[in-house]
Amino acid sequence: MIVPASFGSQFSDAIDFILHKRESVSGGIQVGGSELLGLTATHLYLSLAAVAIACAIAVPLGLWLGHIGRFEFLAISISNIGRAVPTLALIAFFIAYLGVGFTNVLVVLVLLAIPPILTNTYVGTRQVERDAVDAARGVGMTPAQVVRKVELPLALPTIFGGIRTSAVNVLATATIAPLASVDTLGTPIISANVYGDAGRLGAAVLVALLTLAADAGLGALQRAVTSKGLKTGAREPRRRRLRISIPTRRGHAT
Amino acid sequence: MRSMLVALTAAAMMIAMAACGDEKKEKGTAPAGGGAGASGQVIQKNAANAKTAVTVGSKNFTEQFILGEIYAQALEAAGFKVKKELNLGSELIAFKALRGGQIDAYPEYTGTALTSFFKVKTDQVPKQPQQAFDQLTADLAKDDITALAPTPFENTYRLGLTKKKAAELGNPKNISDLTGKSQQLVINGFPECKQRTDCLLGVQKTYGLKFKKFLASESKFEVLDQGQADVAFVFTTDAPLATKKYVVLEDDKKLFPPYNITFMVRNETLQKIGPQGRKVLEDVGKPLTVAVMQELNSRVDLDKQEPEKVATDYLKESGFTK
Repeated sequence: MIVPASFGSQFSDAIDFILHKRESVSGGIQVGGSELLGLTATHLYLSLAAVAIACAIAVPLGLWLGHIGRFEFLAISISNIGRAVPTLALIAFFIAYLGVGFTNVLVVLVLLAIPPILTNTYVGTRQVERDAVDAARGVGMTPAQVVRKVELPLALPTIFGGIRTSAVNVLATATIAPLASVDTLGTPIISANVYGDAGRLGAAVLVALLTLAADAGLGALQRAVTSKGLKTGAREPRRRRLRISIPTRRGHAT
Repeated sequence: MRSMLVALTAAAMMIAMAACGDEKKEKGTAPAGGGAGASGQVIQKNAANAKTAVTVGSKNFTEQFILGEIYAQALEAAGFKVKKELNLGSELIAFKALRGGQIDAYPEYTGTALTSFFKVKTDQVPKQPQQAFDQLTADLAKDDITALAPTPFENTYRLGLTKKKAAELGNPKNISDLTGKSQQLVINGFPECKQRTDCLLGVQKTYGLKFKKFLASESKFEVLDQGQADVAFVFTTDAPLATKKYVVLEDDKKLFPPYNITFMVRNETLQKIGPQGRKVLEDVGKPLTVAVMQELNSRVDLDKQEPEKVATDYLKESGFTK
């Protein structure tokens, strides 16, 4: 193992910062340890709210666009524009309209979270086998029922993929919230003269852990909500899915 | 649903626009030199200097770019061969480059040099500019670096507010005039300010002021203009202060450390450029008062001129070049 000695000591100092309070670098206050609980709570609350709102907007919109099969350009290119604009610039931009504070950061993070969910929902819905949709129509389902009972369940794994991407993006980006007066785990990262290197690294470690945990948690949820038919279908796609979605005429044949 | 799409597209457009700057300038261009015009002696060009090469550095923000250009162009006017390294990032990088000889000189703030290079705690920095400078000179001697005489201006913290707000508060002159009123005031500063002894913590302790709320944002003047904050921590040479729309309160209890500019030069370089070169460098900093520095910064930040041109104009307007 070739690890620079200083890295090891820096890292253990960062862990110490996470576990114990200490005097700030510039003096005058105590930082680290239990102080991080409040910062973590705000960080999670802010991120959760942003992803939830983004889901509420992007999932219905993506389902509808995918269902009617139009505006593909919009669903995809919004995603690209969303990635091109720096979140930092958005915070500064929204100061004029929303002021500095929780709402500002929330809106910015929602805008960050929408594109992957929207694109994945659209693509997931479009990728549902046409046979299955036709069959659903054939048995007399209304368009709303087709979306709810066929397209949504079949697109769900892809949609969750988008939500996972968004959640990771949002958790990582919520570190810039202190620039708009919301104290998250980004505070120790941004305030280097107060928290020092240990604080920076410590907070970064916490953010990384949160991100990994969220990704793993959503991954488990994704598997849990994936319909049985899709799971088995993954092994033998064609035959299984056909048997499920098309009503048999066995009764007539015999 | 269609209108929703339109709204989304509109949002996307706005996002794209947000990437562009939106600084506005509401003032005419006043001459720099602030009345001190033509105070300098015209720099004499000496052909013998052409064989001496000097590398001038600076950190990476507006004021530093301008100062770097001023010193570089002054040396050029005296006939030296000048190379510019005007984008060195933080003071730690710039100082390392100076000590290592990659650059020969760069402008630094006295307070910054003491706290960053010599680990002086912010509340231990001498409050008198001359004392801070003397201490720095002594510290730098060990590194074979000379700090040239400091500029009249300092770029330090103060509390600023709009003229309108000042009138509402009975036109305070000093920070201590906010006593008894601060509980109703929202104060703005950069995020770190809240937890620093040379910023909000210091103001609370030294002046005994308690504020209604601390609002963290780097967009201090926008936040003041919109009334989201009543008072803000400003830097004394911030470009928008040149618009005269704001009032800056005096630090009557001497909380903030002095941050005058000193041009730090390697001793061997000082020998190479000789007394004439040294005099040029000391002279060009003399007309740099707070008002002049604000004006120069505003020409770059608000008028969008190039630092190089602003420096050239400064040297002309102050009578150093023709």
